[in-house]
Amino acid sequence: MSQAEKLKQGQFTNPETPGYVGFANLPNQVHRKSVKKGFEFTLMVVGESGLGKSTLINSLFLTDLYPERVIPGAAEKIERTVQIEASTVEIEERGVKLRLTVVDTPGYGDAINSQDCFNTIIAYIDDQFERYLHDESGLNRRHIVDNRVHCCFYFISPLGHGLKPLDVQFMKAIHNKVNVVPVIAKADTLTLRERERLKRRILDEIDEHGIKIYHLPDAESDEDEDFKEQTRILKASIPFAVVGSNQQIEAKGKKVRGRLYPWGVVEVENPEHNDFLKLRTMLITHMQDLQEVTQDLHYENFRSERLKRGGRKGPEPEEMDKDIILQEKEAELRRMQEMIAKMQAQMQKQGDE
Amino acid sequence: MASPDVVRQMDKNARPLALSGHVGFDSLPDQLVNKSTSQGFCFNILCIGETGIGKSTLMDTLFNTNFENFESSHFEPKVKLRAQTYDLQESNVRLKLTVVNTVGFGDQMNKQESYQHIVDYIDTQFESYLQEELKIKRSLHNYHDSRIHACLYFIAPSGHSLKSLDLVTMKKLDSKVNIIPVIAKADTISKSELHKFKIKIMSELVSNGVQIYQFPIDDETVAKINTAMNGHLPFAVVGSTEEVNIGNKMVKARQYPWGVVQVENENHCDFVKLREMLICVNMEDLREQTHTRHYELYRRCKLEEMGFKDTDPECKPVSLQQTYEAKRQEFLGELQRREEEMRQTFVQRVKEKEAELKDAERELQGKFEQLKRLHADEKSKLEEKRRSLEEEMSAFSKRRAATELLQAQAFNASTNNKKDKDRKNSGFM
Repeated sequence: MSQAEKLKQGQFTNPETPGYVGFANLPNQVHRKSVKKGFEFTLMVVGESGLGKSTLINSLFLTDLYPERVIPGAAEKIERTVQIEASTVEIEERGVKLRLTVVDTPGYGDAINSQDCFNTIIAYIDDQFERYLHDESGLNRRHIVDNRVHCCFYFISPLGHGLKPLDVQFMKAIHNKVNVVPVIAKADTLTLRERERLKRRILDEIDEHGIKIYHLPDAESDEDEDFKEQTRILKASIPFAVVGSNQQIEAKGKKVRGRLYPWGVVEVENPEHNDFLKLRTMLITHMQDLQEVTQDLHYENFRSERLKRGGRKGPEPEEMDKDIILQEKEAELRRMQEMIAKMQAQMQKQGDE
Repeated sequence: MASPDVVRQMDKNARPLALSGHVGFDSLPDQLVNKSTSQGFCFNILCIGETGIGKSTLMDTLFNTNFENFESSHFEPKVKLRAQTYDLQESNVRLKLTVVNTVGFGDQMNKQESYQHIVDYIDTQFESYLQEELKIKRSLHNYHDSRIHACLYFIAPSGHSLKSLDLVTMKKLDSKVNIIPVIAKADTISKSELHKFKIKIMSELVSNGVQIYQFPIDDETVAKINTAMNGHLPFAVVGSTEEVNIGNKMVKARQYPWGVVQVENENHCDFVKLREMLICVNMEDLREQTHTRHYELYRRCKLEEMGFKDTDPECKPVSLQQTYEAKRQEFLGELQRREEEMRQTFVQRVKEKEAELKDAERELQGKFEQLKRLHADEKSKLEEKRRSLEEEMSAFSKRRAATELLQAQAFNASTNNKKDKDRKNSGFM
């Protein structure tokens, strides 16, 4: 809250002030109620194995979300299907409770054939929307649990020159259902120059393929300059190149979270080393906005599609069936025609002989 | 073949003799070396790894040159191989180096066929060498040997384990080429993670039966260093062609905000070890292994496929010449048999067709007769109808005439009556 607002508040809290009505107290009431209600947030992380997703989540929320993790070997990965693992934790900070659900997708990109590996993920997102729709349209609407996915961190490998075909296909499949935030993982493998190049390359490819990622809302004109500047910097740094770690390393006399190498220490919270702080700021400052966009844009899209279909589950498969049947029939016709032509040619040849 | 047998016999009959003076045949290795140096050496490396993992950069760093490679796209529909040959020289030794890179490896959604192109490429090189060997007029001496001597497999530094694609590909290649796995972009793994990662990779390779190249330990001069290096596999490497000023010296390094990774610093990565092992110590062994083990295996499989055997059914050694003649006869016989078959089938078909045509003719004839009969029937029916119609007509006209006559009589009668009536009536008046 800026100074001007605080002054204004001070002026109108005193019932003795001339012209006092009292609704300047509303923000306080909202604050109180929201603290009592608590907040819910669902974050989905998607990316190939070994990109540091779990480490990053642990670093972001300063806890260990995956205490008993079993990482499969290469032989098991050959035919692996994607699973959805949702873990919910309740964290509290200064009286504010946050019910955080992290949806992990182990097995993404592991199998030799990744053709349909993200159908499970899309089905999960749709399922959450479906459930919310059902609850919203129900008779008893007291306890609607919001399990819809509010944000999806998509991890891009820093080893390549940009996006891979799997990345493009997946983001295109979910950009209309969820807020997509692309993240460059394990950014300590890139020099500063390489990082800039990769970011620019990724942004170009996102444009080229028409992928709609989550855009930070511009700062309001009545916000103070610092906030506007911060928003500008944040917007310029997408996609964020991050390094995650929960190990405490001793560097320059103080303990920092980072990774220890023979040639130096990568500090997780150092803005010159990577964009971790920016990612965290974005997530925390815009958590409310992420939820709003999910509610107003993605959920409404889903709802209108769903109600248009009139409760039939899966009209698309039917249309697809018709198309498929048509195509099959056409192919058969063509085959028959070819066979007839071949037989005719054969008879001709024999006739000549 | 004749020569090994003779050597063995010589050993049994040979008795060791002590020399009383210097003869000079200790210069034989030097003569060999001189000869091979003047000929020049040839080495072919295959680099397999995902796009962008650092294959070209590592080659540039290893051979201290700029091989002018351009970045590939991630959207290649299939895996391709790109081979480039270079002539390098160091002091007075010439090296003809061929570097083969995979393009688009690991990018496709469906990677089931990815290994096939690589296997086909390696087989093609073996095949052309085999063809040259089997020629009547051959020049192996001048032949540019394009067989792959070493395969560097680049593993992504995930820190967890191998990828499924890595395992499948290495399994298909381990009997065709010397595989040397390396961990690429190793400056993203810390020391403790690296140790665990290496152990995990090696155990996965062993448990899945993948045979990677082991540095040879039978030669005492290099046995010690090779054994030590075998324990450091897979090598964690970092490549860079950029130089950074460290303590007044320009060294190959990568500059980060948190420090500088020196490529040739053994504390930072295993690049020096790789260079030592691959180029300085074991290059010749790699070539030998390719020729004596992988190529021989390929040759044996190929010839067995074609039907050649070393011994005929009575277990007597059979020369290639005889087998070849036998095969040729068999093949010609097969050809003749096929020709006969085809001729017979043809004759049969012609007969069938003739029979069919005759049947068709008969049918047509029958139909024609039938139609004719029908036609005649109808004609006669029509005739009858016509006659009956004419009879009716004549009957009708007769009746008409009769009626007319009657009518005329009746009319006359009535007119007479009328006249009478009129007279009567008029009479009254």
